[in-house]
Amino acid sequence: MATTAIPTTKISGGSFLLDDRRPEEVFTPEDFSEQHQLIGQTAEEFAVNEILPNVEKIEHKDFSVTRDLLKKAGELGLSGVEIPEAYGGLEMDKVTAAVIADHIAKYAGFATTWGGHTGIGTLPIVYFGTEGQKKKYLPRLAAGEIVGAYALSEASSGSDAMNCRTKATLSSDGKYYILNGEKMWITNAGFADLFTVFAKIDGEKFSAFLVEKGFPGISIGAEEHKMGIRGSSTCPVILNDCKVPVENLLGEIGKGHVIAFNILNVGRFKLGAMCVGGARVAIEHSIAYAKQRKAFNKVIADFGLVREKIANMAVGIYTGESLVYRTVGMMDAALNEVDKSSPDAAKETRKAIEEYAVECSIIKVWGSEMIDYVADEMVQIYAGYGFVEEYPAERTYRDARINRIFEGTNEINRLIITGFLLKRAMSGQLPLMPAIKKLMDEVLSGPSSDELDGPLAEESKLVGQAKKLGLFAAGAATQKYMQAIQDQQEIMGAIADMTIETYAMESVVLRTQKIIQAKGENAAALPLAMTRVYLSQAMGKIEAAAKKVIAAVADGDMLRTQLAILRRLAKYEPFNVIELRQQIAQKMIERGKYGIA
Amino acid sequence: MKILVCMKQVPQKDAPLKLNETATWIREDVSYEVNEPDAYALEEALRQKEKHGGEVVVITSGPARAQQVLREALAKGADRAIHLEDNAFVGLDAFNTARAFAAAIKDEQFDLIFTGLQSDDYGYAQVGVILAELLGWPHATIIMQIEKTDAGIKVKRELEAGFFQFVDMPLPAVLTIQSGINKLRYATLIGIKNAKNKPLRKVALADVQSAIGNNLQMIEKLYIPQKTKNTEFIEGPPAEVAKKLVEKLRNELRVL
Ligand SMILES: Cc1cc2nc3c(=O)[nH]c(=O)nc-3n(C[C@H](O)[C@H](O)[C@H](O)COP(=O)(O)OP(=O)(O)OC[C@H]3O[C@@H](n4cnc5c(N)ncnc54)[C@H](O)[C@@H]3O)c2cc1C
Repeated sequence: MATTAIPTTKISGGSFLLDDRRPEEVFTPEDFSEQHQLIGQTAEEFAVNEILPNVEKIEHKDFSVTRDLLKKAGELGLSGVEIPEAYGGLEMDKVTAAVIADHIAKYAGFATTWGGHTGIGTLPIVYFGTEGQKKKYLPRLAAGEIVGAYALSEASSGSDAMNCRTKATLSSDGKYYILNGEKMWITNAGFADLFTVFAKIDGEKFSAFLVEKGFPGISIGAEEHKMGIRGSSTCPVILNDCKVPVENLLGEIGKGHVIAFNILNVGRFKLGAMCVGGARVAIEHSIAYAKQRKAFNKVIADFGLVREKIANMAVGIYTGESLVYRTVGMMDAALNEVDKSSPDAAKETRKAIEEYAVECSIIKVWGSEMIDYVADEMVQIYAGYGFVEEYPAERTYRDARINRIFEGTNEINRLIITGFLLKRAMSGQLPLMPAIKKLMDEVLSGPSSDELDGPLAEESKLVGQAKKLGLFAAGAATQKYMQAIQDQQEIMGAIADMTIETYAMESVVLRTQKIIQAKGENAAALPLAMTRVYLSQAMGKIEAAAKKVIAAVADGDMLRTQLAILRRLAKYEPFNVIELRQQIAQKMIERGKYGIA
Repeated sequence: MKILVCMKQVPQKDAPLKLNETATWIREDVSYEVNEPDAYALEEALRQKEKHGGEVVVITSGPARAQQVLREALAKGADRAIHLEDNAFVGLDAFNTARAFAAAIKDEQFDLIFTGLQSDDYGYAQVGVILAELLGWPHATIIMQIEKTDAGIKVKRELEAGFFQFVDMPLPAVLTIQSGINKLRYATLIGIKNAKNKPLRKVALADVQSAIGNNLQMIEKLYIPQKTKNTEFIEGPPAEVAKKLVEKLRNELRVL
């Protein structure tokens, strides 16, 4: 483990669409250091020994238990890895943050609470706080003595958060901002001590404030009756002439959007990691149930259609791990270049993370849709027992659903992905346009034969094809709409889908190549099978998305020509996914849980 | 008190095991963890140190991967570690392992040496006992409780069928520790972070080679038990059926 190469080169965000990477350049779970492993173990033991025995109580909103657990998590250091040492934190890398999120997420009700507290509840101060604000709040947040929350959304402005109605006015003595308005769906609100509240100063300048529960004029509304994550607190926060001392303004006046976007951005990779952790629990239950439930004189784990589901779950987890850890590894490589002692450290850190906005959005969208799929198939495996509350599938299904809604809906995140890439392309930061032009010239000059060899040559070639399909469709669309493509949401969405799948494909292939390099092809049979199944699924999605775009932007002869090119780019000899899924399912069923050996 | 804790890295309890090519041991590509009773031995040592002061040193033998066990112990509070690092240590029998440990600590002065009751893989329960013999120290096994006294220590041993034995012992001594006797602590993140800087002494096979000899005990062949199913109907009046059933359970299946 410690002997594998840990990538140290800085890679620019979004460049995966254009550049080919070598396995040595990506971070994978197989590269975890001893320290990462030990921390993962602590998070895992904490979840199993402390959280899981309390699920019933927490699910019934006994939040005293939740507070105790937050305190314990704080004492163990699980809540302080992203906080600088100077303010009571541990100041560790993003891989560690992801490892903890991944392993602590065994029960979504608590995971949401913990994620809200350590992420959106704490990070605004880490990245934007003044020295005084950091000293005052961070040590207690790290220790779990106080709990953080983030109040951005309102009844009439969720995705469109900049459009909020909450107002702030400076008091006549200049000592306070007076906040008025109502925030909606605020995670942890029922028991939080400190809220990052967004409001418009004089109804115009969107800004953030640190509001303590004890300040006069803040009150908490009733708990929402939710579909899922019932073990988390979600309430309105009402600000009625709430007096906030001026020193509690967070960041600059009128720059609240920088905080709002950055914080969501940095939180997203952890949401993805939690989805992976949740899926690992779901597959374990599913396998255990499938092994003991009998039908037609067999256990249902013997049926091909059940095995297919178990295999797909495993493929989802393997791919999710590959995506999450590749991305946090890139972030860490970039963060290593930040001078932590410089006065601009917080700002530089933010910039280093923002670089990977596209990758973080991809993880959020991909992870939330993966866990939804896994939860859905879990219900299907449990069937009748999946539909009743006594079994774990029902709650898993309800709990999974929120992930596609919060931290930016998946629609908003898809728009971010394509929008960000196009913005970088237009500004020349990402040479997307030259790449598209090169591809167009290439496809017009007929079929090429770029032969690759080495392990997974065929699979790497598919990744190359996926990239070309995406560029091809994006090229055709931008040619037609130019800047106005921003208004073509369905096309933006389709391009996002291709981008997401391409990044996922490349991430699994590189991880598996790295495993093969370390252990040989024989030891990598299972990773290889999972990689091939994933590639098959993804190629299908990419081809469909590309077709959708082409059909929308071309017609007649042009359409026929472009479809011919598309077919050529999408051509490959299919893998025997039935056989591969059988192998994968067999291993998972033998083991009783997810694993790659 | 200066306490040495012998710890072993063993395959994870639920790891799917496969035999190696010669069917003499398992294949290496499994996940490993700390041998469970050893974790309790470490916890007990840390508690003794917290009460009486002193030092906790941990020792293991095995390939590079075994170091994880030591790091975990250091993260939980052990002061330093000794790693007998070589793949060959995996195949040593209990006698040789004890001899290697004795050689590796010959310049140290411990008051107590703890081992787990037995290892989850080989299950010999021998290393601690043999080590005591080699050092010429007294030992006691299956320890549930340790109290310091003026003359040494008083320990509680678990006997069978709910009986316990209390033994007064002089120091130095070797104790083999039972699982579940205390509540294990977590490795905190700050502990994990600091563990990197604690001393870890490596001992090569060559350094202890002269102390060990050929294995006296060898595994010739391992096999995975065949699962078979056999249904048998016992017929007759209920009392007779019950009697026959008990007999079978006792004598044929030996589960009673
Ligand atoms: C359990 C829970 C916890 C939450 N926790 C917090 C919290 O701690 N802090 C906080 O501030 N908020 C929180 N939220 C709010 C959450 O972030 C919002 O619900 C979310 O951002 C979506 O906003 P909305 O509900 O107003 O939906 P809307 O913005 O009204 O969206 C409705 C639909 O329209 C789509 N849509 C909206 N705009 C566009 C567009 N431009 N293009 C295409 N499609 C679009 C959306 O994707 C969605 O499908 C939480 C919500 C829930 C349910």
